[in-house]
Amino acid sequence: MSKYMVNLKINNTPIQVEEGTTILEAAKLLNFRIPTLCNHPDLSVAGNCRVCVVEVKGAKLLAASCATPVSEGMDVNTNSEKVRIARKHIIELLLSEHNVDCTKCFKNGHCELQELASEYRFGDHIFIDLVKDRDKVRDISSPSISRDASKCIRCQRCVRTCDELQSVSALAVVNKGDHQYITTFLNKPLNDVVCTNCGQCINRCPTGALYERNYIEDVWQAIYDPNKFVVVETAPATRVALGEDLGIETGVRVTGKMVSALRKMGFNKVLDTDFTADLTIMEEGTELLTRLKKALVDKDDTVKLPLMTSCSPGWVKYQEHMYPELIDNLSSCKSPQQMFGALAKTYYADKINIKAENMVVVSIMPCTAKKFECNRPEMRDSGFKDVDYVLTTRELAMMIKQAGIEFDKLEDESYDSILGESTGAAVIFGTTGGVMEAALRTAYEIITGNEVPFTNLNIQPVRGMEGVKEASIKIKNTKPEWNFLEGVELNVAVAHGLANAKQLMDAVKSGKTNYHFIEVMGCPGGCIGGGGQPIPTSAEIRKRRADAIYAEDMGKTIRKSHENPEVAEVYKEYLTHPLGHKSHELLHTHYKVRKRY
Amino acid sequence: MDQKPLKKIDIIFGWDDKCTPIQVVEKTIKKTPENIILDMIDSGLKGRGGAGFPTGLKWKFCRNEESEVKYVICNADEGEPGTFKDREILDKVPEKIFAGMTICGYVIGAREGYIYVRGEYNFMLKTLQQKIDIFNQQLHDMKVDFHVFLRSGSGAYVCGEESALFESMEGKRGEPRNKPPYPTVAGYNNKPTVINNVETLVYTSEICRMGPEQFKALGTNDSRGSKVFSVSGDTPIAGIYELELGMPLRDFVDEFGDGDTKAIQVGGASGHCVPRKKFNDTIIGFEGIPTGGSMMIFNSSRSMYNVLHDYLEFFTEESCGQCTPCRIGCQQLLKGIEAVKKGERPPTYLDDLKRLTATMKIAAKCGLGQSVANPFTSIVDNFREEIIY
Repeated sequence: MSKYMVNLKINNTPIQVEEGTTILEAAKLLNFRIPTLCNHPDLSVAGNCRVCVVEVKGAKLLAASCATPVSEGMDVNTNSEKVRIARKHIIELLLSEHNVDCTKCFKNGHCELQELASEYRFGDHIFIDLVKDRDKVRDISSPSISRDASKCIRCQRCVRTCDELQSVSALAVVNKGDHQYITTFLNKPLNDVVCTNCGQCINRCPTGALYERNYIEDVWQAIYDPNKFVVVETAPATRVALGEDLGIETGVRVTGKMVSALRKMGFNKVLDTDFTADLTIMEEGTELLTRLKKALVDKDDTVKLPLMTSCSPGWVKYQEHMYPELIDNLSSCKSPQQMFGALAKTYYADKINIKAENMVVVSIMPCTAKKFECNRPEMRDSGFKDVDYVLTTRELAMMIKQAGIEFDKLEDESYDSILGESTGAAVIFGTTGGVMEAALRTAYEIITGNEVPFTNLNIQPVRGMEGVKEASIKIKNTKPEWNFLEGVELNVAVAHGLANAKQLMDAVKSGKTNYHFIEVMGCPGGCIGGGGQPIPTSAEIRKRRADAIYAEDMGKTIRKSHENPEVAEVYKEYLTHPLGHKSHELLHTHYKVRKRY
Repeated sequence: MDQKPLKKIDIIFGWDDKCTPIQVVEKTIKKTPENIILDMIDSGLKGRGGAGFPTGLKWKFCRNEESEVKYVICNADEGEPGTFKDREILDKVPEKIFAGMTICGYVIGAREGYIYVRGEYNFMLKTLQQKIDIFNQQLHDMKVDFHVFLRSGSGAYVCGEESALFESMEGKRGEPRNKPPYPTVAGYNNKPTVINNVETLVYTSEICRMGPEQFKALGTNDSRGSKVFSVSGDTPIAGIYELELGMPLRDFVDEFGDGDTKAIQVGGASGHCVPRKKFNDTIIGFEGIPTGGSMMIFNSSRSMYNVLHDYLEFFTEESCGQCTPCRIGCQQLLKGIEAVKKGERPPTYLDDLKRLTATMKIAAKCGLGQSVANPFTSIVDNFREEIIY
C-alpha cells in the first residue's frame, strides 16, 4: 500500500514526507539537527528524555519530536524561545541528577550529555545537586561491564537494548519518582545475574553509566615489564572499526596500520586471532561431519543436532542461562580467542623458546563478553590463564592515542609468523553468517573435493542483516568416504543478536525444524556490531563495517580455512589432526548450566 | 448580605425504580448508536475526571475506528488527593456504571468493558464482583453481547493517567505513553478504547434515562450539568455533594467553609489554589477552574508552605520517573522551596522555580508532570511570604 504524503513546514521551510515520519526524521531531511538522548536508531521510541521537544504552532504542549508523527499543515519551530528555554531546563535538570565528575569518567569525551552541556555552556548550574550517595556505588563485579549509577540519566536505552535486541532483560527499571532507577534483579551484582556480558548496553548508553571493565593499565604494565613476553592477537572485526575512534572514516580497513601501531606500542609479537578462526573451522567442521556421521550412519540417537557455533561468548552464556537443555548442541570448540591463548602458551611458547609463565597474552576484541570468557575457569588448559587480558577496540584506540602514535600516518605492516597467517574465511568470522560461510567452504570441499557451488565462493544466502537467515545446500558427488552424505540437503540457519537467537532456539525446541548447523552471534550484525566496538552504532554503520569485512575477504589470496598453510603446519608439528588428542586437550571445552536468577 | 443557597442535585445517587440501570440499557439500545452519540453531544457532557473532554465526541471518534476488537474502560483509579467520590459511587450505585459501560460498548462496538479500580479499594472488590455477575447475567438474558470485568490497580497515582492505566492493565510498568496515538485509536492492547471516569459513565446512563434536556438544563453554557464534589479540610460538613456546575466559589465557601476560610485547593493536589481575595470572581466549571471534584478547604491556621510541601512530596514520589521534566523537576521544586525556607537560596529562586514549572507544563510527557505547575504557581503567587518566611 502506498503511503500518503504529508506537507508541513519546519522552521519556515516547506517539506513533503511520507505519512508516519516523525518530526525528528523530517527535520533531519532538512538538515535541522534536533538534540536527542533517549532516542536510538536501533531501539523503540521512548520519548522520555524530552530533550528533543519542538514547538508546533497552535499546540499548547511542546511535542517530543522523536515520538510525534508529522501531520498535514503542521508548522514546526525547532528553535523557538519556548523550545530553547525548555531544552536548557531539561539539560540542566539532567545535569543536576548526574554525577558531573567528567574528567574522571571513562567515557570522558564520548558522552552525549557532555556534548549537550558543552553546546549550551551553562556556567553556574541553577539547580540543586541531586546526586545521592547511594547512587555513587559502582558495580564492578563483572569482568566485562562496569556500572556507575551516579552517571545514569534514566533514558532507558540500556533497558530497551537488553530487552528488545537481546531478550535478556538483565537491566530493568525499578521504583518510581525520585526513587526510580535502573538495576538488576534484586539489585544483585551484574556478574550474578543473567547478563551475557554482550556490552550492547554500553554501545547505547549516552553517558558513563555503563562502560567496559578496562585493563589498559594492566596491559601497559605487562609491556613495560622486562621479564614479560607480551603477545597480542587481534580479532577479525577490530580491523574494520578501529579507525572510527582514530579519526578515520567508517568502513575503512586499518589492518596494516593496527599491526604497525601494536608493534610501536611495544608488544613483542603481533599475531592474529584470524589464524585460530581458521583452526576453529578445521575443528568445528570436523565436529559437524563427525556428528552427522554418527547420526546418519551409526544411527546414534544421542548425537545432538543441530550443531551450534560457540565462538561468541555472549551467546554461549545466554544459552547456558536460557536454554540449558540445548547446551550439548553447542560445539565443544573454544572460541578463536581461547584457542589462540591455549596454543600460544604451549606450542608457540615452546617454538620461540619462551617460558609460558613469562608470556602474557593480550587479545584485542570487538567484544566485552571476551573479558568474561578469558576468566572462565575452563580457560586454563595451558596450565596458566590462556588469555591474560582482553581489550576492546575502544580501549586499543585509547592506548594508541596515549602512546602518541599518529595512527593515520602509519605505514601498513604485516603480522608476525607463525600464528599470524589467515584466510578470507577467517576474516568473515567478524560479521554475521561468516562462520557459517567459512565452515561451508571447507566442509563442502572436504566431502566432495569440489568448491561450494556459489559464485566466487560467496555464499550469499547467509550474508546480510536479516535477523534469522536460512540456507540449504544439496551435497552432490561425494568422495567415497563421505558417500553417506550423497544427496543430503544440508540445512543451516544463522542468527545475530540474542532476540533473534531466541526466536531460532524456540523454533529448534519446538522440533519443527531440521537444521544441521546453526551459527549464532550474540551481537546485532555479529562481531562488527560487538559491545566493544567504537560508539556510536547503527544499522548503517554496521553495514559499512560488514562491507569492509567482505572486501578484506575478497582481497585475500587464500579464502578457505583448510588451505591456511600455517594451520597445516601446526597440525603437522603439534596437533596431528582435527579432534585429535592434543586438540581435545587445548582447543575444546565444556559448558555449564546456569540459572536465570 | 443576600445569600443564595447552593443548588444540590440528586442525579448520581438517585434511584428510579421505574427505570433501573438495566432497564436504561434495554431502552437505550433500541436507539441507533448515532442517535445516542447525538444525545451525548447535545447534553454537553464533558469528562468528569478533570480533563473535561466532550464525552459524545470521544465515543464518536472511537466508533469511527475500524477494528474487530474495541474496549470500554472505566477509570476507577481514583488517586487524586482529596477526592473520594468514585468510591461512594462504586459502593452505592455501581449498576449505573455498568449500564454506562454497556451503552458505550453498544455505541462504539465493544464487547468487553473493564473497571480498573485503585488498589486501595480492594476491600470492595468482592461485593462489586457479585453485582457485576448479576448484571452480566442480566445482559446475557437480554442477549446483549457485552461483558463487564473487574481489574485491580497496583497502587500508583500515575496509573490514573489513561495510557499508563493501559500499560498497567497489560501487565507492564505503569508509565504513560507518547501521544498520539490517542486511546480512541490505540488504547488497551493497542485497540480502539473509550476510557471514561466512573462519574462520567454514570452521567451517560442517566442522560439516557432522563434525556439530554434535563441534564443540560443544569449548569452553564460551558459547563453543562452537575458534578459530584468531595469536600474536605477545614469544614464542619465534609463529605460528598452533587452540585450544579458553574457556581461562584464564594457560594461554595459560604455553604461549606468554617467562617475562617483562607484558601481552597480546587481539583486536588494537581489543581489550583484559590485565595480568599479571589473567591468572588472564581467560577467552578470549565470556564473558570475545572475540577475532578476535590475541594480542599484551608482555614487561617494552615501553613501554605506545608500544603505546597506536601503536594510536592506527593508528586516527587508519584511521578512515574520516566520523563526528565517530571522526575527531576518535582525534586527540584521540593528541594527548592526547602532551600528558600532555610535561607540557603534567595527568595528570587522561587522565580527560577516558576520558570521551571512553565517548562514542566509544556514539556512533561503526561498530565502529571504538566499539572504540577498549577499548585506551585497558584500557591507561590498568592502566599509567597508564607513560603519564604
